[in-house]
Amino acid sequence: MGIKIVNGGFLTTIQDMGRFGYQETGMAVSGVMDTRSASLANILVGNDVNEAVIEVTMMGPMVEFTEDNMAAVTGGDLGARLDGKPMPRYEAVPVKAGQVLSFAGMFSGSRAYVAFAGGLNVPAVMGSKSTNMKSKVGGLEGRKLGAGDVIGFSAPKTWLPNRKDRKLEPEDFSAREITLRVLMGPQDDAFTEKGIATFLGSTYTVSNEYDRMGCRMQGEVIEHKDGGDIITDGISFGAVQVPSHGNPIVMMADHQTTGGYTKIANVISVDLPKLAQCMPGCKVHFEKVGIEEAQDLFCQERAKFRALKASLESQTAPASEIQAVALAAAANEDKTSWADQGTYRVVVNGDEFLVNLKKETVPFRR
Amino acid sequence: MSMGEVRYLISGDCAVCVEFGNEISPEINRKIRAFKIAVEKQGIEGIIETVPTYRSLLVVYNPEVIRFKKLTERFETIMGAMDSIQIPPPTVIEIPVLYGKEMGPDIETVAAHNGKTVEEVIKLHTSGEYLIYMLGFIAGFPYLGGMSKEIATPRLKSPRVKIEGGSVGIAGEQTGVYPVASPGGWQLIGRTPLKLYDSDREKPVLLEAGQYMKFRAVTEEEYRRIEKQVEDNTYHYVVYEKEAE
Repeated sequence: MGIKIVNGGFLTTIQDMGRFGYQETGMAVSGVMDTRSASLANILVGNDVNEAVIEVTMMGPMVEFTEDNMAAVTGGDLGARLDGKPMPRYEAVPVKAGQVLSFAGMFSGSRAYVAFAGGLNVPAVMGSKSTNMKSKVGGLEGRKLGAGDVIGFSAPKTWLPNRKDRKLEPEDFSAREITLRVLMGPQDDAFTEKGIATFLGSTYTVSNEYDRMGCRMQGEVIEHKDGGDIITDGISFGAVQVPSHGNPIVMMADHQTTGGYTKIANVISVDLPKLAQCMPGCKVHFEKVGIEEAQDLFCQERAKFRALKASLESQTAPASEIQAVALAAAANEDKTSWADQGTYRVVVNGDEFLVNLKKETVPFRR
Repeated sequence: MSMGEVRYLISGDCAVCVEFGNEISPEINRKIRAFKIAVEKQGIEGIIETVPTYRSLLVVYNPEVIRFKKLTERFETIMGAMDSIQIPPPTVIEIPVLYGKEMGPDIETVAAHNGKTVEEVIKLHTSGEYLIYMLGFIAGFPYLGGMSKEIATPRLKSPRVKIEGGSVGIAGEQTGVYPVASPGGWQLIGRTPLKLYDSDREKPVLLEAGQYMKFRAVTEEEYRRIEKQVEDNTYHYVVYEKEAE
């Protein structure tokens, strides 16, 4: 088994990086709101970045573990507790059957992500495990999680290589004023020069109308040349729609695939997590950047994720660990001081061995 | 096919909007469809998906694999070579519809509004081939063009709370089919036993942008038979090439 939901919290859903390939049929992409935090949670527990995680919104759920595994909580600080004690954030933590994960309250940010080693055992629908609540697909029956829901682990692990390195400095989401870098377009030519200057020069406030579909902001009205309606066009995650009322709405993870309003700009991918973690009342500035810079930043972030994953997955154990494995294997011990039972690949002077801590030692040559 | 003036509009760091015009016209739709097919044939690495709309094709891509500049250069090459790229003719998909009675409770309103008989409404509604300009709003919802103005009828004054999936309706000068149950204010004239959207099906959405729909009136008996065949996965969809105009 895996986890049992004792209390669903405000809005708790299963999400991965989204359902791509079906937007041409009108199916929204969905996926996590904060891609960076979700990616890091997955990497910390040894998963592919696209593995399904639990997205926790503001008031978190209460979740009972029914099987041992490794878990990591990232994103906003919503007061994660394991059996009532603070659970370290941005760190792979062993969890035991019977333990309870809960959230004490909002300290900073608004969305937390919980990743489980080996992933969640829900079916991929149209290639994704993301919950699309509107179309009622993905995740668990296409809906948010509630009391009594049971979700299995796919391949739980009680040990991960390089355990001590599986912790990161948490991202700080406490700012009440943020700057979002944007790429102008696709309909920036529908605005007057004054309108563009207003958009880039004034401060907008995140309103209460903020959900997974979009984030409505209030501030100085952005002037159109000729109204905010266009013949329907495609929409990207992060598009800044400005209807005729002149206030921006940033399209978020559950955004519709198409829409009939002018889009003045798009928030760049690496800055979207900042907005995803924003609370109503947060002040927002928009700053224009170029496509080369935005795509450099995108690629740098992806490269960083890959490098982190590679370093955490590196299987070459240091000498002291080899000794511990060998000793434990010889003594037929179930546990050692540094790790739990399991099969490990150890390299001694270039020769590889598979060592099973519980039963036997099997020589293994390339 | 001349592609006319095309604009490559930046839609964030992972998408580009290839814009063909700013109106609803079969001509623009043809260009978008042709370009979409041409791009897919090229198999450009890094393209994740494409989203056709009335005016444009949104191309979603991974900038780690291909950057904006390089991608739009590839597009320019394709635009210049459109004449040499084989674009298959669009297809027509037949949509069986049981008109009237409880399946189409507003058909008499539509008839009365236009001074026609119910039979005439059915005849007009089944006579044309409707171009699917795009799919959007919800999964599988087709934006159709080409309905006869002779059966145009304003929306209901107060929308229904629930309309069954498969319902065929008229709203102003538009006709459409609800892919799944939802609230709505369309004048309902019939229902199809086909499922425009089924998440369990290999191809969850039946229709494609650029394709045409042709409604065919069926009897209640035939409706039930098709409904069962759809349920059992034995229904043979009637799809044929559209004759050149």
